Amino acid sequence: MAEAHPVGFQWVMEAKARGAKVIHVDPRFTRTSALADTYVPIRAGSDIAFLGGIVNHVLSNELDFRDYVVAYTNAATIVSGDFRDTDDLDGLFSGFDPETRTYDPSSWQYAEEQEERSAAQADDSGDTETQRETAAGLQSESHGMQVQGNPPRDPSLQHPNCVYQILKRHYARYTPEMVARTCGVSEEQFLEVAQAWAENSRRDRTTALVYSVGWTQHSVGVQYIRTGAILQLLLGNMGRPGGGIMALRGHASIQGSTDIPTLFNLLPGYLPMPNAEEHQSLEQWIDAVRKPGSKGFWSNAGAYGVNLLKAYWGEAATPENDFCFDYLPKITGDHGTYRTVMDMIDGQVKGYFLLGQNPAVGSAHGRAQRLGMANLDWVVVRDLFEIESATFWKTSPEVATGEIVPEQCRTEVFLMPAASHTEKEGTFTQTQRMLQWREKALDPKGDCRSELWFFYHLGRMVRERYAGSTDERDRPLLDLAWDYPTHGGPGDGEWGEPDAEAVLKEINGYEVATGRPLSSFTEMRDDGSTLGGCWIYTGVFADGVNQAARRKPGAEQGYVAPEWGWAWPANRRMLYNRASADPEGRPWSERKAYVWWDEAAQEWTGHDVPDFEKTKPPTYLPAEDAEGVAAIAGADPFIMQGDGKGALFVPQGLIDGPMPTHYEPVESPFRNPFYAQQANPTRKDYVREDNPMNPSPPEEHSEVFPYVFTTSRLTEHHTAGGMSRYVARLAELQPEMFVEVSPELAAERGLENGGFATIVTLRSAIEARVLVTERLSPLRVDGRVIHQVWLPYHWGEGGLVTGDSANDLIGVSLDPNVLIQESKVGTCDVQPGRRPTGPALRELVADYLRRSQGTTGEGERP
Amino acid sequence: MTSLFNDNDLWGPLDPSADAGYGEDRPARKGFFTDTSICIGCKACEVACKEWNDVPADHFDMTATSYDNSHSLNANQWRHVAFVERPAGPAPVDLGMPGVAPTDAVSAGSTAGGAGSTAGGLLDNGADAAPDFRWLMSSDVCKHCTHAACLDVCPTGSLFRSEFGTVVVQDDICNGCGYCVPACPYGVISRREGPDGSRNVGIAQKCTLCYDRLDAGKTPACAQACPTQSIQFGDVEELRERADARVAQLHEAGVMDARLYGNDPDDGVGGAGAFFLLLDEPEVYGMPPDPVVTTKDLPQMFRRATTAAVVMFAGAALSFLGRRP
Amino acid sequence: MPKAFLGWPVLRQLTGRDTLGRGAAVRSPRTDATVARTETADSVARSVCPYCAVGCGQLVYVKDDEVVQIEGDPDSPVNRGRLCPKGSASKNLVTSPLRQTTVKYRAPYATDWVDLDLEIAMEMIADRVVKARNDTWQELDEKQRRVRRTLGIASLGGATLDNEENYLIKKLFTAMGAIQIENQARI
Repeated sequence: MAEAHPVGFQWVMEAKARGAKVIHVDPRFTRTSALADTYVPIRAGSDIAFLGGIVNHVLSNELDFRDYVVAYTNAATIVSGDFRDTDDLDGLFSGFDPETRTYDPSSWQYAEEQEERSAAQADDSGDTETQRETAAGLQSESHGMQVQGNPPRDPSLQHPNCVYQILKRHYARYTPEMVARTCGVSEEQFLEVAQAWAENSRRDRTTALVYSVGWTQHSVGVQYIRTGAILQLLLGNMGRPGGGIMALRGHASIQGSTDIPTLFNLLPGYLPMPNAEEHQSLEQWIDAVRKPGSKGFWSNAGAYGVNLLKAYWGEAATPENDFCFDYLPKITGDHGTYRTVMDMIDGQVKGYFLLGQNPAVGSAHGRAQRLGMANLDWVVVRDLFEIESATFWKTSPEVATGEIVPEQCRTEVFLMPAASHTEKEGTFTQTQRMLQWREKALDPKGDCRSELWFFYHLGRMVRERYAGSTDERDRPLLDLAWDYPTHGGPGDGEWGEPDAEAVLKEINGYEVATGRPLSSFTEMRDDGSTLGGCWIYTGVFADGVNQAARRKPGAEQGYVAPEWGWAWPANRRMLYNRASADPEGRPWSERKAYVWWDEAAQEWTGHDVPDFEKTKPPTYLPAEDAEGVAAIAGADPFIMQGDGKGALFVPQGLIDGPMPTHYEPVESPFRNPFYAQQANPTRKDYVREDNPMNPSPPEEHSEVFPYVFTTSRLTEHHTAGGMSRYVARLAELQPEMFVEVSPELAAERGLENGGFATIVTLRSAIEARVLVTERLSPLRVDGRVIHQVWLPYHWGEGGLVTGDSANDLIGVSLDPNVLIQESKVGTCDVQPGRRPTGPALRELVADYLRRSQGTTGEGERP
Repeated sequence: MTSLFNDNDLWGPLDPSADAGYGEDRPARKGFFTDTSICIGCKACEVACKEWNDVPADHFDMTATSYDNSHSLNANQWRHVAFVERPAGPAPVDLGMPGVAPTDAVSAGSTAGGAGSTAGGLLDNGADAAPDFRWLMSSDVCKHCTHAACLDVCPTGSLFRSEFGTVVVQDDICNGCGYCVPACPYGVISRREGPDGSRNVGIAQKCTLCYDRLDAGKTPACAQACPTQSIQFGDVEELRERADARVAQLHEAGVMDARLYGNDPDDGVGGAGAFFLLLDEPEVYGMPPDPVVTTKDLPQMFRRATTAAVVMFAGAALSFLGRRP
Repeated sequence: MPKAFLGWPVLRQLTGRDTLGRGAAVRSPRTDATVARTETADSVARSVCPYCAVGCGQLVYVKDDEVVQIEGDPDSPVNRGRLCPKGSASKNLVTSPLRQTTVKYRAPYATDWVDLDLEIAMEMIADRVVKARNDTWQELDEKQRRVRRTLGIASLGGATLDNEENYLIKKLFTAMGAIQIENQARI
């Protein structure tokens, strides 16, 4: 956190000054470790074993916050007797189909009315192969599971098939010995962390879990975070001040670009992109979200969907034509960025827009990225600088190897200069879901333009080209509501800058007849009388005021600072904060009071906007047949979940199992110490010759790649370097690509501090300056010593400081829930000296392929 | 004749701005207290300084000494963050918690932690064999000495004592003679040699404690940016008290390595306006252990030169008078 | 005596309290006239750091149509006026001499860039979008399901952009039928 989010780290230091204990678990000793009370080195890719060990510690010593666990989680809920755990099936859950490498989750469901339910819920869950192909897990960022009826519960937690007991059995084998054996952590250090976490939780205390999004970059990334969630729920740390799970995201508005997604499988507000199989009508699409008969807040999805369609197609969208639902293109599977790159290599894609993103350096498997771009008709690069993704045709490593010949590369490239953050106005959504409006400081120079300008005018021009078309397929463009007001700025007249505030008003939503901005998504109607582009953002323009522009000084507010910017939903700063009060609505303790029930006023109150219906009393019990919001009881804080409970066990929505289970990374030097199943059986692979994976046990020849590597950011740079390598004052602070190795590895391989090393995988070989440091240390894993090396990934061939890109080493293998690549752990070889140049580079990699017989074709992978 | 020098002009405790002719309404002496126990080595100070003071970027080579690629303090580096990787000092008190920093920082409410220690090298899966390791970081800067040799040797009056008690180069006066460079006991000041196109090439450059910002009532750029407030700006008197309290707190917490550097008005430079809390010996951070102002013996030298100087001054005055119409 | 003589530092030194010529006596006119450039800026915009997702408040000072300083906004409850090295380098980012300010175009099989007028570039891009859409239009997929889309146009990026921009990007591409729209959140 000190490395990648230094300013956020001030709050950790402040907590530390007030007595908090800071624990840092990381493969390498970083600037965060330097300031932590305890640093625990760990083998990259073993996090579930480590956290699972803590879950086991908590459960076997009954250290959980029992009142919270019984009332607020699904610990007491009883699961189908058909469920079989990984303990029974050596690393697989029941329902696995080896053909498709997916699960039929019907045996994972809750017990009651199981016959009926398995039908209904299996339908809910859809076909898991489709779910994997569409990164359905990402929708679950706010979609909870849907629960119908009232599954049986055993509040004593003694029923052998209640979630609590299943969880306890599942993690029983995650003993301190197994943690030490798998993670390379000493049992003493592991227990120190486990004890500190447990002791600093429950009624009077809370523990925060902070991760950076390297956690997502694993073939089991979602399950890493799930393990953290289980632990935080067991210890009563969710929805309470000082607790929670905090994802520290890495880009100024990456939260915003997920909420208002430029993602293939989502529409604004986590509505799914319709797929051709299941969503051919508005009703099918809406029902897929709201699940008629289900409980929780998604029951209003009809209004959210209609308001979006109305915002897209305005007057053309009417109840009679299903609000132009048919205009939405349909997805049919994986259209993610890695699939698309493979399609580029295969010649199926014509044009590519790159918007402030530099995949030639920043995406896994850089060579595939660049070869893909070199096989397009055209690329439009919009950036501040002449980045590598704009110059792949003349400067990429493949030009040196002869794989890209400029005179034979047909790709047209448009490098369009972009406006910077100071040269346009608009909102960023930061990592705590808070929108902050930026004022424009000055006009951009020359031809620099905002994305707002570019896309508004591109849309205008494309629409002009289709004007008069009678082809039905052009209606979505011609009927598009695209009349944003423009004003002066960099362009004049018809080339004016669109008014960002007008766009934000559309996102917020308004009453169609009057133009009155909506103050809450509860005002959205499904009859076309209101429109709004992103229902979770409704309220950002409440009362016609740009709430994101609020700037009441922090010093003049309480610590929640609700009058600075605006957080979705409804300006809530902490989600699920109903859980900060006990089932009767009283704070769990005075120290940790946050939101509580005011008996006199008969409403929820506190330091934050309650994440609960304001006047629903804690004693409220839904009728037996209640649906939707009304089915959420007064003591059920997790209102987006169908049963209002925090999910320790997840019967629906996850591709790779209801509970996190340790699997080895796709590339690992070790056999899985826990189960016969080596790696995530449901992961998404692209088995192609141009995407070979290093062999791992039980495959042979894994010793060709004896070392583990991991990558991350340096404080001084930003991701792929597009905003730091071209900035002199940052470039000089970390001017060269380097690799960190332990003194022991340096001795083993003859590496000299300050000299060069070559790092090899089956994708490529890169060179880096060597930093020999005790900040990396060998670990003893499964009875033998393992060396880990660390690489930053900020360099490419452009900018003021250049170097090889660590992403060139990484193959494409994805988490099945969200289709994010495993780029935080892999295996490699390390050799002293510089890498070969020219065609010899590919020969070196080919030699490794011959020696390792790496996986390049079809075939069973462990 | 009597000496121009007053007591403690060149040695010992002194209010430097009063000594430099600023009246009763002068502001309190300003300075930095850099608490390295909470420095995260982010280098925001280096960048913020360069941005505000238009100090050029000039070194694009990797030193391969931990994360320090800024080399040292010099004309193009007015803040410099040292990164020191080393085994820990004396073994910490055994608290029965393997791998804990040399303090029970939780109960003591300390923020220091003395840098997290690693039980790395777990080749035998036991913490005992692990060499404890510390990564120390410290942002160095001009000390704005009470007795500033650079200022005293400056023949042009370019280096001057500001009303804030700080030592500042006046770019429009400096002729680049370089006398100040060897005079500094810390090696802080140097002449800017480049790069081409930079402003003030050829003249002496160093931290001004953001003289222009102080004049506007603002915090110096480095202290303003510092994410953890490792760099604290304020009145030197108050900062000294704060530093004493901080050391006491750390000692209380068992961080016995904590010590102050440059805060003592009786030290070799009369106390620095920018002083430090360190977690190890100053040499470890690349700081001189016992710096002494190089002009300490100036009065003796000055007395010998005085007679000659008076004669020269008289001659100069006469020449002016002689030119009157 | 001439004024110049009265202002002579040595005389100031001997006649004032700064007998050693260390401070008040040696101040140059420029030193006396020192003003921080934040004080003389034409405008100050309240902005947000463009790097990571912490969301630090920034103050952007502009003078004569140039950014002259960017520093942390002390009012922000997120960062309390502080910035990391990247945030602190924001002025360098937006004023970097390496910034592209004109359109560059690389024709098929060309070995170098040529300059292109912005409006011409926009026309060319619009033409290519229309052509790619028309050439790759898919009304039905291989299973004869209605998909109304193109798989010929892809996009990557958005995490560094404004919400308003992402909104228009997704809206326009969706209306075009382009679905391979992705950003850093998948990476």
